[in-house]
Amino acid sequence: MTQFLQQLVNGLSLGSIYALIALGYTMVYGIIKLINFAHGDIYMLGAFVAFYATRYFQLNFFLALIVAMLFCGVLGVVIERIAYKPLRHATRITALITAMGVSYILEYGTQFLAGSDVKTFPEGLLGNLTLELGGVRISMQQIMIFAVTILLMLALTYIVNRTRMGRAMRAVSVDEEAAQLMGISVDRTISFTFLLGSVLAGAAGVLVGVYYNSINPLMGMTPGLKAFIAAVFGGIGIIPGAMIGGLSIGIAETLVIAYGSSLYKDAIVYVILILILIIKPAGLLGKHVKEKV
Amino acid sequence: MLKKYFSKENICWIIFAAVIFTLITFLMNVGVIGSYYQITLYNICINVILAVSLNLIIGVCGQFSLGHAGFMCIGAYSAAIVVRSMSNLLGFALGVGIGIVISTIAALIVSIPTLRLRGDYLAIATLGFSEIIRIIVLNLKITNGAAGLSGIAKLTTWPLLFVLMVASIVIVTNFSRSRQGRACISIREDEIASEAMGINTTRYKTTAFVIGAALASVAGALYACNFYVIKPDLFTFNKSIDILVMVVFGGMGSMTGSVIAAAFIGVLNMLLQNFSSIRMVIYGVVLVAIMIFRPGGLLGTKEFTFSALLHRKRKEKGRK
Repeated sequence: MTQFLQQLVNGLSLGSIYALIALGYTMVYGIIKLINFAHGDIYMLGAFVAFYATRYFQLNFFLALIVAMLFCGVLGVVIERIAYKPLRHATRITALITAMGVSYILEYGTQFLAGSDVKTFPEGLLGNLTLELGGVRISMQQIMIFAVTILLMLALTYIVNRTRMGRAMRAVSVDEEAAQLMGISVDRTISFTFLLGSVLAGAAGVLVGVYYNSINPLMGMTPGLKAFIAAVFGGIGIIPGAMIGGLSIGIAETLVIAYGSSLYKDAIVYVILILILIIKPAGLLGKHVKEKV
Repeated sequence: MLKKYFSKENICWIIFAAVIFTLITFLMNVGVIGSYYQITLYNICINVILAVSLNLIIGVCGQFSLGHAGFMCIGAYSAAIVVRSMSNLLGFALGVGIGIVISTIAALIVSIPTLRLRGDYLAIATLGFSEIIRIIVLNLKITNGAAGLSGIAKLTTWPLLFVLMVASIVIVTNFSRSRQGRACISIREDEIASEAMGINTTRYKTTAFVIGAALASVAGALYACNFYVIKPDLFTFNKSIDILVMVVFGGMGSMTGSVIAAAFIGVLNMLLQNFSSIRMVIYGVVLVAIMIFRPGGLLGTKEFTFSALLHRKRKEKGRK
């Protein structure tokens, strides 16, 4: 039982990271129907910025987190303006390939600039404190992951539900043209969505860097795909869905590693994906929309 | 009956293929196309098969598949395993046959539940399936896990490659102009309307998907018997994207476009070998630039045909 709880805690911390990335995917998909494959690389860049900030500028964890989030947010907006804006009304496949192109640029650009070797964060960034609750060990890094994730999700929920910009986001995702007629600047709203999503991905990158203590330029690919699957699992375009999806995928993966074989940890994610698509294609929280002729 | 097969147009195509084959064979024998360029040439031919077969699924039938590398993987491993114990052309044929059978079964398993899905959901489901195929290959004994198989006899010769490439193009174009192909095109244009017209959409979508998967496995077999080693890493999601890029760049639904795009990207990759450290960055920039400036692809849905050419000549004569 203790071991199960321990795995649950580990799964929740991995799942929180997936959830943070999945939120960006789901918001962008909700608003412009684009599978933004470059999103996983924004997460990778978050980790790299935090690495340089702590290693070469001796910033502490929180400052590095903020710097990385800002950097990623701005980068997300820049990418949207340069690469995706001209293609807003092109076919989905065209936009998807552009996203792949951006992803290659970010991955291999980082590899060229920073080298392909694995980098490690400075030690003792968060202290080596470990809490023990009835035999379950929770490290300081995990506590930090939970705290930051909960804080960011609360902030996001507030922004989306209570502010003017959040209302604009929801309006554009329901009907772009009608929103424009109501006086909403669609371009600004889309940029803002990218900003929010990228900020969250950047934060996830920093957390993962501190948690696993090793980063490399290609680290964004697999978590990016899995986070996207998490978004589909929860119902793409739905913000609480992405949170639930991320946590479920993280827990499922950790349990497979603990009780099955780590070789199949990726397979379980894809099996979950296919099952949910066959049984409930709109996702866990999604509503089935009848197609009109 | 014979007249139908030997129409003016078909004769033109046969002559055209023969001329290209003779020309390239001649250039290889003379030494203009050295062994270095030969690798690129072989790669281009394999990619043409992949691009044309994916174009059948995406361009003709309108089903967005991101799992083509999975079927290529099946073909490559079937051929490699058979050829390693039987390294002659019979072994190759047997390997290709087994690959086609397995990938057809896999395609049926994939398509029957997932082809009900539409658009992006279908893309993600096929992506998931192809990753599952790769993970299975990674964990089986017979495929030798992550290290992959090596010592595969080089059975892919230029005539064999050329014949199979031409055959796949003929199969795909003939299919897309047949009764079934027209049904597929109508599904692409409007699925609900074609269903209302009495077209069994699931059946035609599955047919197109299975033909595409079988051809991809042939391409995989050619690949395995050309490069001596195969590893599961070669058939990741990125490989599917590479094939997709050729289809979209050439123009969805245009087979001529797929062939030209495969050749263009093959040459581009060869040129970029010289800048190996920033190769992928340049590739990414080129992708983004192509998509922004030519979102409909190089040729759109246009097709190069001799019948159009002959028709135009006749018109000009008539005007005189």
